[in-house]
Formats: sequence, structure tokens, C-alpha cells
Amino acid sequence: MRWNVIMALIVGTCTIHAAPERLVCLGGSVTETVFALGSGSLVAGVDDSSTRPPEAADRPSIGYYRMASAEGILSLNPDAVLASEDAGPPHVMEQLKGTGTPVITVTGGHTIPDALTRIHAIAQYLGKEREGINLATELEQGMKAIPPVDGDPVDVLFVFARGAGTLNVSGTGTAADEIIRLAGGRNAVTGYEGYRPLTAEAMVTAAPDVILLTDSGLGSIGGPEGLASIPGISMTPAGRDNRIVSLDDLYLLGFGPRVHEAVLDLHRKLYP
Amino acid sequence: MLLLLLAALLIMVLITGLSIGAMTIPPGRILAALVQPLGIDLPWTAEAQEAAVLLQIRAPRVFLGAIAGAALALGGVLMQALFRNPLADPTLIGVSAGAALAAAACTVFAPAIALIIPLSPVWLVPIAAFAGGWFTVMLVLQLAGGYGRMRVEQVLLAGIALNALAGAGIGLLMLIANDAQMRDVAFWSFGNLGRADWHVGIMVILLSLPLFLFGLRFAPWLNALLLGEGEAAMLGIPVERLKRAAILLTCLAIGGTVAFTGLIGFVGLVVPHIIRLITGPDHRTLVPASALLGSIVLPLADVISRTAVAPVELPIGLITALIGAPFFLVLLLGRRNREAI
Repeated sequence: MRWNVIMALIVGTCTIHAAPERLVCLGGSVTETVFALGSGSLVAGVDDSSTRPPEAADRPSIGYYRMASAEGILSLNPDAVLASEDAGPPHVMEQLKGTGTPVITVTGGHTIPDALTRIHAIAQYLGKEREGINLATELEQGMKAIPPVDGDPVDVLFVFARGAGTLNVSGTGTAADEIIRLAGGRNAVTGYEGYRPLTAEAMVTAAPDVILLTDSGLGSIGGPEGLASIPGISMTPAGRDNRIVSLDDLYLLGFGPRVHEAVLDLHRKLYP
Repeated sequence: MLLLLLAALLIMVLITGLSIGAMTIPPGRILAALVQPLGIDLPWTAEAQEAAVLLQIRAPRVFLGAIAGAALALGGVLMQALFRNPLADPTLIGVSAGAALAAAACTVFAPAIALIIPLSPVWLVPIAAFAGGWFTVMLVLQLAGGYGRMRVEQVLLAGIALNALAGAGIGLLMLIANDAQMRDVAFWSFGNLGRADWHVGIMVILLSLPLFLFGLRFAPWLNALLLGEGEAAMLGIPVERLKRAAILLTCLAIGGTVAFTGLIGFVGLVVPHIIRLITGPDHRTLVPASALLGSIVLPLADVISRTAVAPVELPIGLITALIGAPFFLVLLLGRRNREAI
């Protein structure tokens, strides 16, 4: 909560300056929000995680937003950098400020309240408060429209894959854990926080009804067939019934302005 | 002759480093931005942002690259002389591994550490890395005979063991790290000069200066050491003190470099060999020439890292290996062919 206040203050002081004309956005949900507010034409550059909307992906990318380089960002000649608080490394953010380029930081959190805070903060910075309120209302309405689950929730296990050698399973406290809960599912793995490498035995013990991945994650292990060949998967209920769900990375985990659509989408896949 | 050539190359590389980057700045405006702080006004001026990029981002970066490259190369020269082993480089005494472990621990436990030490990770990681490198080298020296006679093969073996131990430690930390921390650790271990500002540059040059002076002053002694420790001692050289000083000063310089740039491989190992292939093993030439070549190679690699896929940056450690290794192989093959004839 305190963060929101600080963020509002930062954004508040920045709006005193003239509205930006060339923005570099760092963080997929930040970029998506700027576009959703109708300010996509201001975006001069993005980072690799900014894949939505498709127009955003056409903008020059400065690489991964946690590993930005100051000169790379400045070469796009921005008059402001709008960044998720996760953007970095920290010294690059300092260097940017040192060259007189304003850096506006918004929360990188992955809950619905965080998504709303992000929308309001960015809207206020862009002078689009009304559009921000509309977008936030739409999101809240969308969340209310998620049908309740009767009976036992589906056990979902989220696998974060970057090639067959690096498969990590989400515990609690992650964006995946939150989106599973919002969609009416139950995270099958609650013994730890964050991500841990997948082991065959732990997979069988967790006995998920559904295995959830991101599209790029599923692609990196050779699609559903590749996943089925990983030890342990075929011995889970999800593997037996072939209940593998995958959604776009940023859509599923970004907690952007369309997070309610992702939640509904996931809900329908969990409860067909 | 070779030294003059290298010095000329160095100047060219430094100018190239200043002129080229993700942001295009015309040469005239670069000159204007550089001389403005000296009170010289040209008929044209650089824009404020261009001047800021040049003076606060690019110039310190080129400077740090040159110093770090020289320190890494010279560290390699000293370690190869000390161990009389062509495979030796500064990583051998554990300074990089210790620094990497401390930096990784600092990254992974950042939230807990922040509660105790209210210091930004921007400074915490380099300080921890330097301390970690220093601590590991001290441990290596203790294991290799404490304050008595230091046997280099003991240093070598202790270094190998501690390197393995630190590697295991980093592996463990990666297990409990979250995705972001993992990327930070990986980022650090590929090396990057993006951390550079003038404070960092000054700090690294202060930490490296003793190594440069030592290398230049005691080059004849290093030559004698190549004959063997017994022979060097018979020539009246205080071998024990020489060895200890070489290790400590290397640790100081490399620890300082690695703390701010991360792990940059290859330079320390191969730059001395390239010079040796050209001029032979006399340290009176080897020391200054390696330092110069190191300070050419690293800013050059950085130029490539900054521009190859701009605005994205490539890790510099990748570039040094990618261009350095084939170049080194060509030199090696050239020598083999000459010897065959």
C-alpha cells in the first residue's frame, strides 16, 4: 500500500513537466497499458517482453528489460522512460537519470490491485485519467464476471520452461500462482515460494489435473509431445487425460490491462 | 617499436570507443562535448543529452575497459610467470570464483541483507565481490603454507579446490534464486562494462596501479623466476616476497576489476600469449606490451558489444572469447608452420 502512495507521488511530480512525445517503455505490462490507454503513438521503443499488442512488437526493442543498457535506451532519443520497478540493472536507471532523462517507475507487481495501480499511475502520467478509470472499471467488471467454481477446484501445476533442460515448477507467491487462483483453480504445488526445478517424483506427487505453460515455454520443449516425453508427466492425471493448457506469456503472467480476459480464458480451459 | 605500435593502436581504439555507440553523435559534436568542460568553445556545440551520454556513459566506459583490460592481461602475465605454467591466469588463485560467489550470494540474499546493511545493491555487490575475492585468495595462501615457504603447486591445487567449491556454492544459490536473481547472476558472470562511471573508473585504476608499477619495476626478477625458484633465489632475489607480492597485487587489481565488470574471461589467459608469440618471453617487453594489448582488446570488444545488435548489448565476455580465440588459433598455426619449415 505504501508503495502505491510513493508511486503516486513520483508520478504526480512528473506530470508537472510537459507531456512526453517519445516514450521508451520497459516491461510488457507497462507497454500494454500505454497502448490500451490510446497512447501507443508515443511509444518510441520497448523491451523484449513487450509482445502485446502486436503494434508494440514492431517498435525497436532495447533487449530484456532487466538487462537494459543506458546508451541503447538513449539512442532511441526518448524524452522519458516509463519502466516497471523490475527494470534494471539499477545502475542503468541511475545513469539514465544522470543524463537528465526522466525515469518514471510503476509497480511490477502481479495481483489485480497491482494491475489497477499500474493503470492509474500510467494514466495519470500520460494525462489520460479518464481513459485510465474506464480501463480499470472494465478490468474490475471483467473480474466480477468470472463464474464461481462449484465443488472441488481443479489442481493446476504451472511449468516455466526454457528448453527441456530448464523446467521450473511454480510454488506460491508467483504470477502463475495468482492467475491460477483467480481463474478458480488450485495450485498443485504449495510447499515452497517461487520456482524450483521440476523432478519426476515431485511431479507425480503433486498429481495435477491440468499442466499450465506459456506458449513460448511449451514451444521451447517441442510442444505437447515434447512435454509428454518428460519423465513423470505421463503418470499425472493431466498427462493421462492430455490436459495441457498454454497461453501467451505476457497475456497469462503480465497482469496487464486485459488480465481479466486472460483469467476468463484460463477459467474456461480449466472448466470446459 | 612494438610498444609504440600498440600505443598508437590504443589511441585509435579509445577514439573509436568514444565515437561509436548505440546513439549516433557526429564527430564534430563529440569533440565539442569533450572540450567544453575544459573551457574551450568551438563554433558549434553538442546537445545536452549528447554531452551527457559521452561524458557520463561512454567515456567512463571506455576508460574502465582500458584499465580493466590492462589489469586482466597483466594479472595473466604474473600468474603465468609465477606458476611457470602457460595455462595460468588470474582465475587460478580463486579471486574471480570468490568474487562471483560473493556477488551471487549478495544478489540472492539481497532482501535479507538490505535489512542489515542499508546500502544500494549498486554498491553492495561490488563491495561483496571484492571482499569475496580477497577472502578466497587469503584462504588459498593459508592452505599453501601460511607464512612459511609458499609452494606454487600447493597454491595451484588449493586454487583449483576453492574454485570448485565456489562453483558448487553458486550452483546451490542458483537453486534457491528466483528467475530475476538468476538472470542477474548470469548477467554478472558474463561480464559487462555498463556499470562504469567516473567513480568506478578511478577506483579500479587506484586498485590496479600497484600491479602495473610492480610489473614494470620487477620485470627482470620475473625473468629470473622463469628459470626456477631455486635459480632465482641464487641470483639474490627474495623469491618468497616476490611470489607473495605478485599474488596480493594481482588479487587487488583483479578483485577490483571483477567487482565492477563481472567475469571477463580469455583476456588474462591469452593476451600474454599473443605478446609472447610476437616478442618472446622477456618480461621487460611482455609486461608493458600485454598491459597495452589488454587495454586495446577490452574497449574494442566493448565497442562490438555495444553496437553489434544495438540497442541491445551483448555480454562482453562472449565477444572477447569469440574474436580472441580464433585470432589466437591463427597465431598458433602460424608459429607451427614456421617451425615446420
